[in-house]
Amino acid sequence: MHKFLIRSFVSSLVLLFTLTVAAIAKDVKAAFVYIGPTGDHGWTYQHDVGRKAVEAAGFKTTYVEGVPESADAERVLRQLANSGHDIIFTTSFGYMNPTNKVAKEFPNVKFEHATGYKREHPNVSTYAARFYEGRTILGTIAGTMTKSNVIGYVASFPIPEVIRGINSFTLAAQKVNPNIKTKIVWAFTWYDPGKEAEAAKALIDQGADVIAQHTDSTAIVQMAEKAGVYAFGQASDMDKFAPKAVLTSVENNWGPYYVDRVKAVANGTWNQKDTWHGIGDGMVVISGLDSQMPSDLQAKVKKLQADLASGKVHSFTGPIYDQKGNLMVAEGKTADDGMLAGMMTYVKGVEGDIPK
Amino acid sequence: MIKIIKRDQPSRAIFFFTPVLAIFLTLVAGGLIFFILGFKPFEALKFFFIVPIADKYGFSELLLKATPLCLIAIGLSFCFKSNNWNIGAEGQLTFGAIVSGGVALLFYEQEGFYILPIVILAGAIGGMLYASIPAILKTYFNTNEILVSLMLVYVSKLILDYLVVGPWSNPEGFNFPETRQFSDSAKLPLLFEGLRIHAGIFLALAAVVISWFVFYKTYLGFQMKVSGFSLKTARYAGYKGKKMIILVFLISGACAGLAGVGEITGPIGQLHREISPDYGFTAIIVAFLGRLHPVGIIFASLVVAITYLGAETAQIFMQIPKYTGQVFQGMILFFLLASDYLLFFKIKFIGSKK
Repeated sequence: MHKFLIRSFVSSLVLLFTLTVAAIAKDVKAAFVYIGPTGDHGWTYQHDVGRKAVEAAGFKTTYVEGVPESADAERVLRQLANSGHDIIFTTSFGYMNPTNKVAKEFPNVKFEHATGYKREHPNVSTYAARFYEGRTILGTIAGTMTKSNVIGYVASFPIPEVIRGINSFTLAAQKVNPNIKTKIVWAFTWYDPGKEAEAAKALIDQGADVIAQHTDSTAIVQMAEKAGVYAFGQASDMDKFAPKAVLTSVENNWGPYYVDRVKAVANGTWNQKDTWHGIGDGMVVISGLDSQMPSDLQAKVKKLQADLASGKVHSFTGPIYDQKGNLMVAEGKTADDGMLAGMMTYVKGVEGDIPK
Repeated sequence: MIKIIKRDQPSRAIFFFTPVLAIFLTLVAGGLIFFILGFKPFEALKFFFIVPIADKYGFSELLLKATPLCLIAIGLSFCFKSNNWNIGAEGQLTFGAIVSGGVALLFYEQEGFYILPIVILAGAIGGMLYASIPAILKTYFNTNEILVSLMLVYVSKLILDYLVVGPWSNPEGFNFPETRQFSDSAKLPLLFEGLRIHAGIFLALAAVVISWFVFYKTYLGFQMKVSGFSLKTARYAGYKGKKMIILVFLISGACAGLAGVGEITGPIGQLHREISPDYGFTAIIVAFLGRLHPVGIIFASLVVAITYLGAETAQIFMQIPKYTGQVFQGMILFFLLASDYLLFFKIKFIGSKK
């Protein structure tokens, strides 16, 4: 009798194990929630490129585009979690609270929220890219290529992510050209071609001959092309929209991370993480360099890119001063992630005040 | 041969039949569009109109979505019935939400039964204040209320942007454009565990009942009707036009403001930049589809609400672009306006017996 019990116990364990393995090996389905249309050639477009990489890796994917950050986001998330998706990527900051809310109800579904900071449940991870590394490269190019020493910068919202980009860009430009000034126009939008073009035009009228952007449409590079000034592509390679103006682009390359995380779900090794990857991990990619750039600049940029990737160079290396001349980072030191995450002051050389 | 004859009098039966016809034609045209896009039309329509509300949760989401549409459309029907073209309900919604959200933030981390009524009232007052601008400008300065109310929508959104980016942004929120989450006492209670449908639906139902009573049982309703038919007649009859204009705008603004309250103190629970997916504009379609009749508006708000849900479901399960939902809303309005032709004309087949 005793033996029988043990035997049946062992065999049921084996059965359970087989079932579990079968369950793990089943097709993992990934879902993506987008703020804009997949054809925006900016933020959403690049996330969709990442989704296609997941498909190419042999997983099934679903996406919903144009999901407003209103009460609707929560319903879309719940429906995706309810319809057999194992991992859901929510690709806009405004989905932060709905993501955490729905994650609580579906502990078996993994949630990955881009650019947020809340991980209230063990099945919520967050991820973002160190775009400021790319902006160090753009600043180096801008500082070298400008003749008027005025660089224009179209910014979206006064949040640390954007301030960090402006600072990283300005510091790099100052390094190659101490006389430059960065003029900022706040568009208060992530995507509005009309507003963005107007902002770019205002900067060009103020004498800027290189325009950088932290908004997503192609309107700015197109405006730069018309005005005969230089610009940089944002999120995707925008060279084809303004072949003369665009010197290079900083591309958001989500594919490797997405494939990695979906595979982790398939292998049962997914765990909660806060990911912040840069050029080194391939999440931030610099597009091809335009032939208008002198060859010594091109070589310099290539080397800088390699040094940023290896960690030999950090975008925020002291001494760094704020606009009033107070020391932010001491000589020989670099800014830590905590300081970067909460960065809300301009460095010296940026004109104007951060809107409050 | 087909002959078109003008009717002596608009047909009352046709008046209520054409919305149904418009919905039917929208389904047919929608099916055709799906077919051209390479989807199975019947399967697509099933995912669009049936699957999203096939379970209890889906149905509760439908009611959740229809609540603000119904509430705003009821308010708008006061304006539209009396020839006042308030196109700015979205702005009144936004401003109502701003005022009520501001009050809710004042009570941050406080508890008390009295908080919610104050928050709701603040939203209604905010909407009324905002609607009074086009009303007063129209009555005393003869401005065009369509333009004024419409342009004020963008002003209200800029005010909201300013507040959530600046003074009202969450101090612990890394400067992201959003406020703190409201305390539970400032939130509308949920009706069922696990569903998002909240007490705001009672506000919409109350608006339906009250509007029906006002439209058909009061002197004000009669005045509105007369003014709607002919402003000259109304003036001749000695109605005080200015007072009525301001009153209908205030009612409309209060309803839109309450719809805003329902969103921010219901499913959203805070203020941020995107509190409404253009409910204020979509409600215009709802009001007309419902023939400015309270009961009609209930049905119309459900029909239009489902185009939102259906678009999501169709994209999740069939990869149909989600923007088809907006195409459906456009088609409903288009077919409704087109079929209104039948109100005034009848089509006669010559040679057929009468």
